[in-house]
Amino acid sequence: MTAPTAPSTKINDDTGHDLKFQLIDKALKKCQFQQDALIEVLHTAQETFGHLDEEILDYVSLQLKLPPSWVYGVATFYNFFTLDPQGEHVCVVCLGTACYVKGAGEIVTRLEEEFSIKAGATTEDGNLSLLTARCLGNCSLAPMLTLDGEVHGKQTAESVIAALKAKTTQKAALEEEKV
Amino acid sequence: MNPTSLAEQAAQELQRQEQLKLRLFLCYSTPCVAAGAEPVKTALEELLAKQDLAADLEIVATGCMGPCSRGPLLRIKNADGEEQTFEKVTPEQAKEILLHSIANQPVETTALPADLPFFVRQTRIVLSNSGEIDPEKIEHGIARGSYSALAHVLHEMSAEEVCAEIKQSGLRGRGGGGYPTGLKWNLVRKSPAERKYVVANGDEGDPGAYMDRTIMESDPHRVLEGMAIAGYAVGAEQGYIYVRGEYPLAAARLVKAIKAAERRGLLGSRVLGSNFNFRIDLRIGAGAFVCGEETALMTSIMGRRGQPVPRPPYPAQSGLWGYPTLINNVESYANIAPIMQQGADWFAGFGTEKSKGTKVFALCGEVVNSGLIEVPMGISLRDIVFEIGGGLPDGGKFKAAQTGGPSGGCIPAEHLDTPVDYESLKELGSIMGSGGLIVMNESSCMPDVAKFFMGFCMEESCGKCVPCRVGTVEMYELLTRITDGSAMLNDLETLEQLCRLVQETSLCGLGMTAPNPVLNTLHYYRDEYLAHIQENNCPAGVCQLDQIPLLKLPEHAAELAVFKEEH
Amino acid sequence: MPVITLTINDELVSARSGQSILEACRDHDIQLPTLCYLDGLSARGGCRLCLVDVAGSPRLLPACTTEALENMVVTTHNEKIDRYRRMILELTFAERNHTCAVCVSNENCELQSLAAELGMDHVRYDYLNPELNLDTSHERYGVDHNRCLLCLRCVRVCDEVEGAHTWDVMGRGVESRVITDLNRPWGDSESCTDCGKCVEVCPTGALFDKGSSVAEMKKEASFLRRILDGREKRQWQR
Repeated sequence: MTAPTAPSTKINDDTGHDLKFQLIDKALKKCQFQQDALIEVLHTAQETFGHLDEEILDYVSLQLKLPPSWVYGVATFYNFFTLDPQGEHVCVVCLGTACYVKGAGEIVTRLEEEFSIKAGATTEDGNLSLLTARCLGNCSLAPMLTLDGEVHGKQTAESVIAALKAKTTQKAALEEEKV
Repeated sequence: MNPTSLAEQAAQELQRQEQLKLRLFLCYSTPCVAAGAEPVKTALEELLAKQDLAADLEIVATGCMGPCSRGPLLRIKNADGEEQTFEKVTPEQAKEILLHSIANQPVETTALPADLPFFVRQTRIVLSNSGEIDPEKIEHGIARGSYSALAHVLHEMSAEEVCAEIKQSGLRGRGGGGYPTGLKWNLVRKSPAERKYVVANGDEGDPGAYMDRTIMESDPHRVLEGMAIAGYAVGAEQGYIYVRGEYPLAAARLVKAIKAAERRGLLGSRVLGSNFNFRIDLRIGAGAFVCGEETALMTSIMGRRGQPVPRPPYPAQSGLWGYPTLINNVESYANIAPIMQQGADWFAGFGTEKSKGTKVFALCGEVVNSGLIEVPMGISLRDIVFEIGGGLPDGGKFKAAQTGGPSGGCIPAEHLDTPVDYESLKELGSIMGSGGLIVMNESSCMPDVAKFFMGFCMEESCGKCVPCRVGTVEMYELLTRITDGSAMLNDLETLEQLCRLVQETSLCGLGMTAPNPVLNTLHYYRDEYLAHIQENNCPAGVCQLDQIPLLKLPEHAAELAVFKEEH
Repeated sequence: MPVITLTINDELVSARSGQSILEACRDHDIQLPTLCYLDGLSARGGCRLCLVDVAGSPRLLPACTTEALENMVVTTHNEKIDRYRRMILELTFAERNHTCAVCVSNENCELQSLAAELGMDHVRYDYLNPELNLDTSHERYGVDHNRCLLCLRCVRVCDEVEGAHTWDVMGRGVESRVITDLNRPWGDSESCTDCGKCVEVCPTGALFDKGSSVAEMKKEASFLRRILDGREKRQWQR
């Protein structure tokens, strides 16, 4: 593996790639390159890139002077960090006790059927990631889920499917308009 | 700031509030925002600007008021101190309420009755500021006495006296274990070391529990003050709050609160004009239930894989970076300031002989009034579910109350009159836990509930020790067999033996308590398990039971399509 | 060094202060089963086979991570402990694909000999049969995840003795795997020094010399004590 080139030498290219590395650099400086801050740095990287690929992990491991396997081990231990890119839209269904008792399991099954993906996966067109969580702490709204970070309470399978369809087709419609 | 200027600012802020004709408290915690509190706030603010009323009234975006299922909640308080609370408020209703109240006319929207058991049966110590203050405005907290306990402690008491006071109050750890807080503080205080740490455990992972989130979101300064007092008492200058990654709002509010407190000299160096220095840093979890275990939480703070380490040595002897560390739950810290303010004897006046004070519960599931409640220890489960919670909706029949999350158990109807305290719940095979209380009706199948929790533990096991890593998977397999109809009677025996093994030989609390939901439901609802296995019947009608035991295959073989084709 | 006395299995024995119960037992020829502990490496307390009963403790304690203390009363074997040890071994066998008949370490395997020693003759739990791969990309060694117990001796010896930290663990729970570098093939590892210590300390056939066939893979971990004494006690001082 070759070390990634120092990102600060280049300014923003087409993808904003180097700009994103600058954000990691900022986080690294903020924690004064302390090894104990690995999780904070990974949080920043996950937020900036949406996932942690090999290049990012290698960069973090070099900068914090930690063994690569150590960084990889930490990144795969925690649920928040994903090694694969997420879909355009992210739907997280809460499977906490209160939501489960009120039928959240059924919602997940219906969503899996509707979009032909397993929970935890992303649709092939990269439009939707269906995730589950163990309690998001909004038990009085059970069954609840979040759609792109927005909290939706007291849901049914139908209402979620309708909301998701609206989200995914919205984008398609916009693209058609452009054409 | 010094104690005098702190008192001055409190008086000043109180005076400002008293001069207002009307104060509108809008619950702005996550459930109410999800229910539509945002448009209500916008509507009120627009009206305020349009009618130029800013001098007469203020809108306070508060933390949680309690009855979350009735949100968005709006409470008004006029100059005479009279209060009215409104549920499920729409922007139109909110405007109407504001206009009529300011003109001293009767409000058309019906308010919640003031004597609603949900409100009057509670005792609010930890949540006393929750729903009363804007958590992002430190002045609001100061006006209600925030940091006055810290000022008193720093200038009037020795570290030893503080520990003695906490010990005398009888406060016990609110994270679930129930270890006497004062004893723990004394252990850390007496550990000789050049450096010590104070840690607040806000990694509330139990599904169905959100007390700590609400405390951190609704009154962050209460937690910070408790930690600072703890720092002074044990001789630590650095504190960490570990907040669960799923709670971004709590983290954001704590960051703001820390900054605001540091700016005023309530945290940082030379706190409140004393010689005591105390810094608090925030650590955000990244989604791992096991990090709620204290040793795993500390490895996570140090940026590593959140795996527990064997105890002893206990954190009080060797914790963060090998230094003595005091680790308590967020709710425990939230109890500290009231104890120091009003005295250990006052606090010990609440609760039972062995369990003092109050406990915050997240009441949810099949119950009319779900939400956040704080009740004195020793209250009966029946009072919580049927008085405060208003019973089950749609005439549902009470089957069980689940406490303690995946480490706890289900309490059946015949034990509804049990007082809620650490010992009684333990006797029933459940635990107090962090305070999730989920009510279930007849449509919940107990083996299925046990399987649900086992699935949770299986996914959250860190993988360090064999009994938990493999045992949870095997227990899950056995429960799957029971719920899909392919179990034999001897599987039940295998399951019970495995439960005992995992309970007794696992490394940390996660594994030790993972079998609790199984053992507890086996104890109270054994007939349900037997119905699944022997009669191929799920009494609650949840399980499909469409599989058959492997050993029974021959007698069914003729009915199976696969075999028909082959023959 | 101060000496303490404690009771192990009704016999009064002496131990050095700071020693673990397991070390004290070994010094007095009391055998305790273990799969993750190895003399010379840090104790981990993960395999749970060395659990012992300590009077006054409500729970069984792992001998490898519990310090021997003055006047402690320890029981290393009784009906319950032996039963638990067998059950833990059963779980270990059920977790991955331990097929002795086709394993390079057959007859030279710590797991296999422990099972024989403790009388574990059947597995009552479902075999999980995970689909795991074999990585033979390294020039001299191979790793077969089917035989791995996650004892993490390889991780510890690589970090603590060799100082390369090539190995670590990814994932959690039953999905945990040992990895090299960023979960790349072992042969592509930049940090690996090809020293082979991990292979020698591995208790099963998970790490092996390439080219060894069934039952040919013999391992010897005693080199560790020698080089560590040489290093730590400055026996090899120039």
